[in-house]
Amino acid sequence: MAELDTSSGGGHKKGPGVKKSPKKSTKVDLTPMVDLGFLLITFFVFTTTMSQPTAMNLNEPKPDKNNQLEVKQSATLTLLLGKQDKIYYYNGILTDPNSQFKSSNFKDIRQVIVDKKKATPSVDLMYIIKADKTATYKNAIDILDEMTICAVPPGHYAEVDMSAQEATLIHQTEDANGIK
Amino acid sequence: MPRAKIPRKSTNVDMTAMCDVAFLLLSFFILATKQKPPEVVQINTPSSVSTKVAKSNAIMVTLTKDEKVYLSIGDNAHKKEIIEGINKSQNLNLSPDELAKLEKEDFIGQPFNKLKGTLDLATPLAPARMDGIPTDSTNNELAAWIASVSDAYRGEDMDNLNLLVKGDNAAFYSSFKNIKDAFAKNEIYKFKVVTNAEGVPAGSELALHPPVNK
Repeated sequence: MAELDTSSGGGHKKGPGVKKSPKKSTKVDLTPMVDLGFLLITFFVFTTTMSQPTAMNLNEPKPDKNNQLEVKQSATLTLLLGKQDKIYYYNGILTDPNSQFKSSNFKDIRQVIVDKKKATPSVDLMYIIKADKTATYKNAIDILDEMTICAVPPGHYAEVDMSAQEATLIHQTEDANGIK
Repeated sequence: MPRAKIPRKSTNVDMTAMCDVAFLLLSFFILATKQKPPEVVQINTPSSVSTKVAKSNAIMVTLTKDEKVYLSIGDNAHKKEIIEGINKSQNLNLSPDELAKLEKEDFIGQPFNKLKGTLDLATPLAPARMDGIPTDSTNNELAAWIASVSDAYRGEDMDNLNLLVKGDNAAFYSSFKNIKDAFAKNEIYKFKVVTNAEGVPAGSELALHPPVNK
């Protein structure tokens, strides 16, 4: 008798020449996805640690007026921090600004530091770090970090005040290179 | 003729499993991560290759990018002593109520002359709106705070004093130098600096000869 066919897509309105396709299930099994999810979680749990802010040790030298540190001129490298992450450096004592005063940046200074370290006996080695008014806190911490990266033992680098002559030299170099 | 009845299949996807995974992940992150310590403002610290961890019960000096200095005393055992010490040495005449209020604050960031006024406000002042502790060479109030801190720790093992400096990348070196001067006035020459973790560059001396941990 007449029946109400409510089957979805089951209506066999077959036109001439249309093949009937077998019905496939639309149900998706989520079990493998859950397995993958747990596998990933376990992987991350075992291979990572919660990131904590690290603390860098900072040892300031004691300013002892009676016992000024004697350093050999040839064994020192003075690093001056300037504007826009630039570093200027010279070996020993500044006698001839034009030839001795060199500029660099944070990427290349590592090679300079390592070269100096190789060329000097470690007993005499001393890096003198001076920062300009326009240097940022990041510059100061980065240069101290470079000391650690290049394995300079503590006691062989110090931060001191900049002299007026060096400050003017930096300003001249900055003006010449067009750094604002 | 009876037509072959096609069995109806349901198109509903069972979402129970997906739900379970989501809640599991959520629980994991809630339990495995710690609350971030309260911050004054967003501070971008420089990165370093150090692997030491900053302890949480530290005395922290914060330097924001607009050169404001704040002090946060994480060590609750000494906090009361430090605040009372400052009250006495600077003659602030804070009442016990005000002292208690100051002790509850996470950040101290006002010059001495404004401290009483800020504590008397009805609604607490947000740290970002405070003026910051003055550190310039003519009036280095941070030195007075550090003096009180070192008095509170006197007689104890100095290793318990955890002095941290957290500075923003863009702060100028001169402000950092003023903070160092405040420490130097109190004969403190060792302190730690909060940095982000950074991998040791490959091929560098530190990578080739890692220090032996004792």
